[in-house]
Amino acid sequence: MLYSYIIQMENAVIIVVGADKPGIVAGIASKLAENNANIIDISQTVVRGIFAMIMVVDISKCKVSLAELRKQLQEKGKELGVEVQAYHEEVFRYIERV
Amino acid sequence: MRYSAEEIVEVYRMLREEELDIRSVTLSVNTLFALTGNLESTIKRLETLNQTLEKFTYAVDEVSGKYGIRVVTKRVAVSPIQFFLESLAEEEGIEIAKFLDKLAEIYKIDYISGYSAFADRGFTKGALKTLKTFAKALNNTHRLTGMINAASTIAGMNMEAIKLYVNEIFNMPPTSSSRATIMANVPPDSPFVPSAHHGLGMPEATINIAVSGPGVIESAIRRSNPKALQELHDVIKRAAFKVTRLGELIGKSVAEKMGINFTTVDLSLAPSPTVGDSVAGIIEAMGIEKMGGHGSLAALAILMDAVKKGGAMATSAVGGLSSTFIPVSEDSVMIERALEGYIDFYTLIALSAVCNSGIDMVGVSKSQGMDKVIGLISDVLALGITLNKILGARIIPVDSPPGSYVDLGGLLGKVVVMKLKDVDVSGFISHTGYVPSTIKRLELG
Repeated sequence: MLYSYIIQMENAVIIVVGADKPGIVAGIASKLAENNANIIDISQTVVRGIFAMIMVVDISKCKVSLAELRKQLQEKGKELGVEVQAYHEEVFRYIERV
Repeated sequence: MRYSAEEIVEVYRMLREEELDIRSVTLSVNTLFALTGNLESTIKRLETLNQTLEKFTYAVDEVSGKYGIRVVTKRVAVSPIQFFLESLAEEEGIEIAKFLDKLAEIYKIDYISGYSAFADRGFTKGALKTLKTFAKALNNTHRLTGMINAASTIAGMNMEAIKLYVNEIFNMPPTSSSRATIMANVPPDSPFVPSAHHGLGMPEATINIAVSGPGVIESAIRRSNPKALQELHDVIKRAAFKVTRLGELIGKSVAEKMGINFTTVDLSLAPSPTVGDSVAGIIEAMGIEKMGGHGSLAALAILMDAVKKGGAMATSAVGGLSSTFIPVSEDSVMIERALEGYIDFYTLIALSAVCNSGIDMVGVSKSQGMDKVIGLISDVLALGITLNKILGARIIPVDSPPGSYVDLGGLLGKVVVMKLKDVDVSGFISHTGYVPSTIKRLELG
């Protein structure tokens, strides 16, 4: 499973960990849309044996900073009963690429 | 650019479960512009640090927020107080100490480091005044840290400085002595306190980074369960690369935001008292049941070599101490092993031959007297100048007996009081003067 990125974009990676149930994707996606963050890719995987969703999001036109977006998503996550983390894409570039 | 789900989950796991974070972003800033020879005008000039620290705090918070990476501490390193005390009086040094401490408090800087002096072979007036006010300066502050460099490969080892230093730390409570260290070959660009200071040859201001990450290395070893030693070395090297890269990213970003230089990532693996963030835990994951058992030194040597090779590939800004620390009180597994008796002073000295730990955050009972502590520090520093290594001793004199511990809380953890050997060493330490530089010195010219 591979994600493609367009270089000019500023991307964030959002990881949602928790039980798979209806409304999670919609809940997170609506929060992203509210802030004008555009979902580029969504996939599913397993973390610690628990369902996890990975979203790659273009934040170049996002209305708020990534710190603020993360805060909002984590509040939403609390409502939905899932753990949400958001990292800047550069973290992955630095750690995973030589 | 493409990442697989496995790669994304790996990073997530390192950051969320294996305690990978930035131990410290340290702003190292020149303060020698404030050398006026007069206290009032010195403080006035130091007040310009207000803007610098405000900018620094903002930059670190912004970068940490942007990337979603935890920065555990913010620190500031300033030029050694020694230079100020060459012309100012002892009491005036205390005033500068208080001023710096206040500044740190205002800007929520965890530590401000630089109540420091160099006395490898002898004392200038400033070095002597620094040493004589060491306890008073640290006892009157909360965030200030200081270091005495009492030995170097180039200049030898100053026994008189060690004696004065021990006298000072015996007059400090643990909350002060944990902010003091005595060193051999201190580097000019360390992000770690208490040794951090704005060294000679550095640019006006620079960002130095300390990474954490023992948990990442331990988990990588436990997951891959390597059979051959070269595989083990490779697993550590790869994990160390990743840990260091995070330091490079944060350091570059903070420096860029402040418009200053980024000079150093310290490769040292720094543990914390959190379970799963222990250097001793790595050694035990390598198959030594209890850290301190025979083979620990070999395991640590493999770890150090692999960390340095992985780290060197990850950043071109290697600096600071760049080995590993094993501050006993700050490492959850070390605390246990010390209390169980697997770790004693000679084990720590032996381990120092392959890493930079020296004797770090270990308690001694004041009832055992100063002489043995002077002897112990001379052992560590002698190893430093003989092996041409950076080594130090951060010793915490307490009233409690050997075998007990004192809980300092937070990152400082539980200080275990280790027993010093009951041998009279007064004859040796009563020698005056300094130990001449070793034959290593002549390799340099």
